[in-house]
Amino acid sequence: MKLNITIIRSTFIVVEKNIRIYYNKAPVLIFGLLFPIFMFISFYLGRNIDLHDFFGGFLAMSIFFTSSSVGPLITPWEKAQGTYEKLLSYPITVGGIIIADAIAGMIFGIIINIVVAVVGIIVLGYSVNIVIFILAFLISSFCFSSLGVFLASPSRSNSPSNVMMLSSLVRFPLLFISGIFVPLHELPLIGRILSFFSPITYLVDLLNYSLRATHILPIYLDFILLIIFCFLFIFLSNIFHKRNLRRGI
Amino acid sequence: MGKAIEAISLTKKFNLNVAVNNLSFSVDKGEIFGFLGPNGAGKTTTLRMLTGLLSPDKGKSLINGIDISKEPIRAKLDIGVIPEMGSIYPDLTAKQNIVLAGKFYGISSSELINRTENLLKVFQLQGRENDLAKNFSKGMKQRVSIASSLVHEPKILFIDEPTSGLDVISQRLIKKIIRDMNKKGSTIFLTTHDMEEANNLCGRVAIINKGSLVAIDKPEILRLSLESKKTVVISFDKDIDINTFLEKEHILEIEKVADKFNIQTDNPDIVIKNLVDVAKKYDLKITMLEILKASLEDAFLKFTREKD
Repeated sequence: MKLNITIIRSTFIVVEKNIRIYYNKAPVLIFGLLFPIFMFISFYLGRNIDLHDFFGGFLAMSIFFTSSSVGPLITPWEKAQGTYEKLLSYPITVGGIIIADAIAGMIFGIIINIVVAVVGIIVLGYSVNIVIFILAFLISSFCFSSLGVFLASPSRSNSPSNVMMLSSLVRFPLLFISGIFVPLHELPLIGRILSFFSPITYLVDLLNYSLRATHILPIYLDFILLIIFCFLFIFLSNIFHKRNLRRGI
Repeated sequence: MGKAIEAISLTKKFNLNVAVNNLSFSVDKGEIFGFLGPNGAGKTTTLRMLTGLLSPDKGKSLINGIDISKEPIRAKLDIGVIPEMGSIYPDLTAKQNIVLAGKFYGISSSELINRTENLLKVFQLQGRENDLAKNFSKGMKQRVSIASSLVHEPKILFIDEPTSGLDVISQRLIKKIIRDMNKKGSTIFLTTHDMEEANNLCGRVAIINKGSLVAIDKPEILRLSLESKKTVVISFDKDIDINTFLEKEHILEIEKVADKFNIQTDNPDIVIKNLVDVAKKYDLKITMLEILKASLEDAFLKFTREKD
């Protein structure tokens, strides 16, 4: 029991450390706040799309990118500056560090996108299903942040640029198969099949339900699949990190 | 007195390279134990396996009797680790680095503040405690790193090359703190390739080479194992090649260092007599003559060369 408390305490200390060192920095915060604006300009302006239809996908895209942006960089940064070894010597498990990295990314994603969500809901006058909206927001932020952490785990490199290449290689394609730019029912069969492998698809569906009461899949299934993705990303990250540790720090 | 650290048949391979091979030893509670070896001998890999940072391929390491692979959290609560690289967060201040480390061990806020203030004082960091660590010198970073590993008052302290690359003042301070920690009851496990440091600090040392243990004992006993060998140091007023003139009887090795010759011998009396004869014959004046006992460094070289 006492040891479990130690693990939980250590996990939240790593969360606090990550937020203080990696997220609470002017460039990161400015990136977080400007990124949704640039995405909105890039993907909405000049296109003949109904803003009401677009907003759910846009918010999903923003949550996805902000939550998963810094997570892949933390471990390579820490390895490069020698603090990862020190961190592992504290009473914490590799799994605890991974969950802490994911929680820190989730908190960053939530803080940044609360602004986007509130502005969008007020301006567009949605009648929001608040419970579904909040649950979708929380679970998806953790899920995408876990994905970010997972994308850093296969590589043993301590160079953030190497890790970012893999991260971008996976994150951008996921965006295009998630029904954000083209509604799922308009995608070709292969696109629809692929879309089910992207966790963003389920968030878009949940946001469409909570904002506009339209959806493709049953809501409970969206939630279940997002939670499965969370477990999958954390589980795989744990395996990769432990495998890397067997090969040296 | 119980065992603080036990390494039992520790083995680690990286691809086909055997970094640590079937290594077994133990460290008593309250001991300062030196772990010596040349670069690449497997010192850091062993330290990482002992502290649970690296899983061994075979064998196990026990911390106060706890298998660190099976119960890492319980074992880690008893240890402090100071890696070789000044492993502190450069974007945190000295004080924040120490406080962060203390939080992992559940120390109460008031106690943590007291301990941090005390450590800042002991490590001569007062006045700079609120400066970001990235602006510190290497010695200051190392002091912050050590302070942050001591904040929970660990029963066992693992230190990897504590004074490597530091100035004399920082080295002395760190050695003093290691001794003070030991006096308070902490067991110290120290990896180093600085023989003088090991000789001055450690009650016992182990020498590792190519992943295997080649010697383990008190520094003095290791040194005495070479008692039959001594070094005659001599210099002359003229530049000569001593190898040409000197009889090789009882000479193990001759090394020229600047204007001096270091002659390793198992019989210094005969060698000195021969040297005096050479000086007379060739009209040389002996400007310096000294007989040195074998040092821990000599023992280290002997044991590591035997393995080669």
